[in-house]
Amino acid sequence: MSRLQQRLEHCAAEGRAALIPYLTGGDPEPAATPALMHALVEGGADILELGVPFTDPMADGPTIQLACERALAAGTTVTHVLDAVRAFRERDADTPVVLMGYLNPMIRSSAERFCADAADAGVDGVLAVDLTVEEADTLQPALQAQGLDCIFLLAPTTSPERARRMSETGSGYLYYVSLKGVTGSAALDAQAVADKLASLREVVTLPLAVGFGIRDAADAEKVAASADGVVVGSALVELIAKAGRGDDTLPATLRDAAAKLRQGVEAARARR
Amino acid sequence: MSDAPSATDPAPRPGHFGPYGGSFVAETLIGPLQELEQAWRELWGDAKFRSELDADLAHYVGRPSPLYHAERLSRECGGAQIYLKREDLNHTGAHKINNTVGQALLAQHMGKTRIIAETGAGQHGVASATVAARLGLKCVVYMGETDIARQQPNVYRMRLLGAEVVAVKSGTRTLKDAMNEALRDWVTNVDDTFYIIGTCAGPAPYPEMVRELQSVIGRETREQSLEMMGRLPDALVACVGGGSNAIGMFHPFIDDREVRLIGVEAGGDGVETGRHAASLVAGRPGILHGNRTYLLQDDYGQIQGTHSVSAGLDYPGVGPEHAWLKDCGRAEYVAVTDAEAMEGFHALTRSEGILCALETAHAVAHAMKLAQTMRPEQSVVLNLSGRGDKDLYSIAEREGWSL
Repeated sequence: MSRLQQRLEHCAAEGRAALIPYLTGGDPEPAATPALMHALVEGGADILELGVPFTDPMADGPTIQLACERALAAGTTVTHVLDAVRAFRERDADTPVVLMGYLNPMIRSSAERFCADAADAGVDGVLAVDLTVEEADTLQPALQAQGLDCIFLLAPTTSPERARRMSETGSGYLYYVSLKGVTGSAALDAQAVADKLASLREVVTLPLAVGFGIRDAADAEKVAASADGVVVGSALVELIAKAGRGDDTLPATLRDAAAKLRQGVEAARARR
Repeated sequence: MSDAPSATDPAPRPGHFGPYGGSFVAETLIGPLQELEQAWRELWGDAKFRSELDADLAHYVGRPSPLYHAERLSRECGGAQIYLKREDLNHTGAHKINNTVGQALLAQHMGKTRIIAETGAGQHGVASATVAARLGLKCVVYMGETDIARQQPNVYRMRLLGAEVVAVKSGTRTLKDAMNEALRDWVTNVDDTFYIIGTCAGPAPYPEMVRELQSVIGRETREQSLEMMGRLPDALVACVGGGSNAIGMFHPFIDDREVRLIGVEAGGDGVETGRHAASLVAGRPGILHGNRTYLLQDDYGQIQGTHSVSAGLDYPGVGPEHAWLKDCGRAEYVAVTDAEAMEGFHALTRSEGILCALETAHAVAHAMKLAQTMRPEQSVVLNLSGRGDKDLYSIAEREGWSL
């Protein structure tokens, strides 16, 4: 059983959703990333999603676009992101780390090379936003060969047939995009999400994490009542943007923000 | 028929061109893309839709566009006969309208009420705003801030036509960023919105759909060549940014192996300087904007900024079918610098009285070079993809005139 599966089962056994914070690797600079990852775990993160910056993040809203721009301006490459995971693993062998990003930087040398390096650094899974299940061959076999999970996105527009196919092709969890839009949008409809998750569970077997538009503990609580995982990205990235480079208080800020989100997730236990 | 296998592709997968093309998009767009593909296949095979489209092309766009023998230019070059396929004479002044008329008609049949488009030079934006005005559809055009500054006449035209022009301030603030922003809009407004992509790139079915809509250029060229010269041309030359005018010209000739197909990319300050937009000449395969194709990218897979005097060619990718035509050797791709394109622009203007777009000027420059290496009984057809009115301000500024 993979580290990711184990963690999700552990959370399920506790009767709650997993808290999955996102931050862009190398934002505001590559050296800062391991400390921020630790801070999120101290605050209560169960799984971490670490963004691989890209010049053209077409599914992301302004917050994560700017995070990518900051990371790239600081010289961040895929190698830096993997080095951050490697550094994080020196002190944390348990928290699963999922890389999230776009295919082009991941397959630049080759999918095989990237997956081997990611596995070596201690990565657990990869979510490529522009990897559709029809094109899964671009990355999924290389991930599988390294024992890494291939995580697909589900959307409100996904048909049941495709959801089933993703559940069969992917592993770890499926990431349900809670709204039609880009990351950081503010149009969360928790009831619609709960209804959609219920219908998805009829065709998929993998755990369902939910992201896009979850901004605070109250949102996290609403979504955690029906989801297996709650992803929070832009709201945390905004804190990094506000702090900028060289702010020593940023890890504490992120830890506190994660702790509040975790409270939201815990509060939902009673409603499950 | 649109999905007939090309002779160059032994085992075509739908939506792919050899290893290129495909659908690499955020999941939310897959449903709308499937809906689009289904509507496109139905309507493209529907005689009533096709006659509706043909009527628009004839009476609104002004097709067929003439094939013109540029005798003075040919004499000055002293080699092959140069013919111009006059897409600049279309309504709105470029080949772009062939595509937007078709896609807007499709949008209307699908019940979509809102059109979005990306634009570089503004020609596709104008062509989209034009058809939206005519069909009474709301229209939003995304345009990089840098391009807005250098294509003011087209920005004003779009606004006159009732379109909202949104300045894109992310990334390099040019065409690729406009396309990112249009994709973000589409993912947010999928229910009522039709995204008219202006070139033969993007996720399937766009590359094939845009090719089919632009292939009217090549079909007419074929007929007109046989009529005027009694034979097919020896070479076709067209500029390539995303490559829609070129693929439209080339596609009906792909099985005519004796016809050379030559695409001309923007060499900017020279390919060796790194300041250019020649994705096929100097790029490497990768994935951007929904398809696998040649891209200008760094060693880490980040997309590089491009440079060209012409906003319409200033794009780090290229249509996936061109990537495949390059790999299998059916088409050749070359780069022409800003300075050479300017010379081509002036040569055509003075010898034939035709002011072409700066994008087109790249093809003019190469066609002139090529003609000189050929015999007078041979012929080159140059796709005169657009007129130059939109570029007068930037040409004047470049050459020290104040308008």
